[in-house]
Amino acid sequence: MEKRVRFDSQVLPWMLVAPQLAICAVFFFWPAAQALLQSMQVQDSFGLSTEWVGLDNFKTLFNDSAYLESFQVTAVFSLLVAVLGISLSLMLAIFADRVVRGALFYKTMLIIPYAVAPVVTGVLWVFMFSPSIGVVAFGLDRFFGFQWNHLLDSTHAMTMIVTAAVWKQISYNFLFFLAGLQSIPKSLIEAAAIDGARPWRRFWTIQFPLLSPTTFFLLVINMVYAFFDTFAIIDATTHGGPGRDTAILVYKVYQDGFKGGDLGGSAAQSTVLMLIVITLTVLQFKFVEKKVNY
Amino acid sequence: MVERRTTLGIFAHAVMILGVLIVAFPLYIAFIASTHTSQAILQVPMPMSPGGHFWENYIAALNGHGGGAGSNAPVARMMWVSLVTALVITFGKIAISLLSAFALVYFRFPFRGLVFWAIFVTLMLPVEVRISPTYKVVSDLGMLNTYAGLTVPLIASATATFLFRQFFLTVPDELVEAARIDGAGPMRFFKDILLPLSKTSVAALFVIQFIYGWNQYLWPLIATTGEQMYPVVVGIRMMIAGGDSGNEWNIVMATAIMAMLPPAIVVVLMQRWFVKGLVDTEK
Repeated sequence: MEKRVRFDSQVLPWMLVAPQLAICAVFFFWPAAQALLQSMQVQDSFGLSTEWVGLDNFKTLFNDSAYLESFQVTAVFSLLVAVLGISLSLMLAIFADRVVRGALFYKTMLIIPYAVAPVVTGVLWVFMFSPSIGVVAFGLDRFFGFQWNHLLDSTHAMTMIVTAAVWKQISYNFLFFLAGLQSIPKSLIEAAAIDGARPWRRFWTIQFPLLSPTTFFLLVINMVYAFFDTFAIIDATTHGGPGRDTAILVYKVYQDGFKGGDLGGSAAQSTVLMLIVITLTVLQFKFVEKKVNY
Repeated sequence: MVERRTTLGIFAHAVMILGVLIVAFPLYIAFIASTHTSQAILQVPMPMSPGGHFWENYIAALNGHGGGAGSNAPVARMMWVSLVTALVITFGKIAISLLSAFALVYFRFPFRGLVFWAIFVTLMLPVEVRISPTYKVVSDLGMLNTYAGLTVPLIASATATFLFRQFFLTVPDELVEAARIDGAGPMRFFKDILLPLSKTSVAALFVIQFIYGWNQYLWPLIATTGEQMYPVVVGIRMMIAGGDSGNEWNIVMATAIMAMLPPAIVVVLMQRWFVKGLVDTEK
């Protein structure tokens, strides 16, 4: 879409976009280019000499079992977060769509986790799940005889970060599903009801299929969220442990590059991450275009 | 609703209440813990109803008088840093995005498409994928431990620019023609006609960007080195470094409640714009 009527000026538009472009150039493009460049270089430990090594850093990376493990951890983590978060929020949205009395109260309560910082969520989880003093750990032991210890057991650690990440993301998914459900024409539902379809049947044959663009969109968004925005949760709770069992890719980049000082290796990791974001963003926008036609 | 089904209605309420309980439980625990002494919390199980040390704990946290094994920096200072940072990021993003969207929609200039793509590409370069080089740029510019360092690198916004662009495209062309006939230049048109029309979009973005700014973690963690410039979300992470029994959990939880409060208030009070903004920006 284009405007028919415009203003004529050659200088003014550049002045208007200058602040945005300057920030993009200095803090986005230059560092990203540096990361790309460094991913093909090796520096000695004093940073005095730099050697051009081509794709060697990537070869090392993909032969490193720790890195491949981290890939696997990230895949498991983001899949769990996306699937659990989406199904839980879909269920809540379906019932919220039916409820009339108290709807505003329920909705208000359910959007609060969106406002809570991931790291604060992490701190709350550390407190609740602490094997020695946490209420949840205590409750699990008292009522189910279950010994909780996320410091030793990697399944427990994974459960902990998945539940924290899902809790925080419920609001977002819930609001999108609710908006999606409310945009389905009432006449469709009524027609099905006249034909004798009960609520359960109507959900699977009408609402769920019509929600599929929303679901797909949320799937991509939740993957991005699990990949990148959960760094703070992991940094506050498990620190990637026990061992490396919850060290997702973003956490590993931070540990290796920023803390560990392996410039070339971490730049190569950054480059891989960039490719992942690009793929996910392209997927997301492909979907947006489709939705416009739909 | 299509038909009345009492059982299903009751079941729906039951599910909603369960959902609310799941959401509220951690918040409730945090609040309870912030009203007890640290000894009371270390008792297993901790008390489940509010205690009488509310003011004591919050004042101790604000002034940094806790005795935990981790960091004990004053939370009042952190809240101030968070507030300034979040507001500068929010208004900075809105201002520069309004200007760039205005340029992209209302002017025809060489490389316009390229500018559009340059802004778009920033979506694909989150801080997480360029940690070390961005740190280097900011430290070379002498911006570590400054408000500028905490805010400026985060101010570029593709989503806000697209939202405004989308909105400007729906503004009728007749308005521009009318403004021109009345002799208004582009900036006059922007200020007197476009800005007042954009109020709703600005409100929607305000909520989303304020929460984004307040909750930033990785970037402040890198761009600051001293307690003096920690936003509260970084500060609270430093507080729990003491381990389960070394931490003063009552102070930590008081800090957690205070760190949650401003964004929660913004979301709840501006709910209508928040939902609209979220669905419009799809971010």
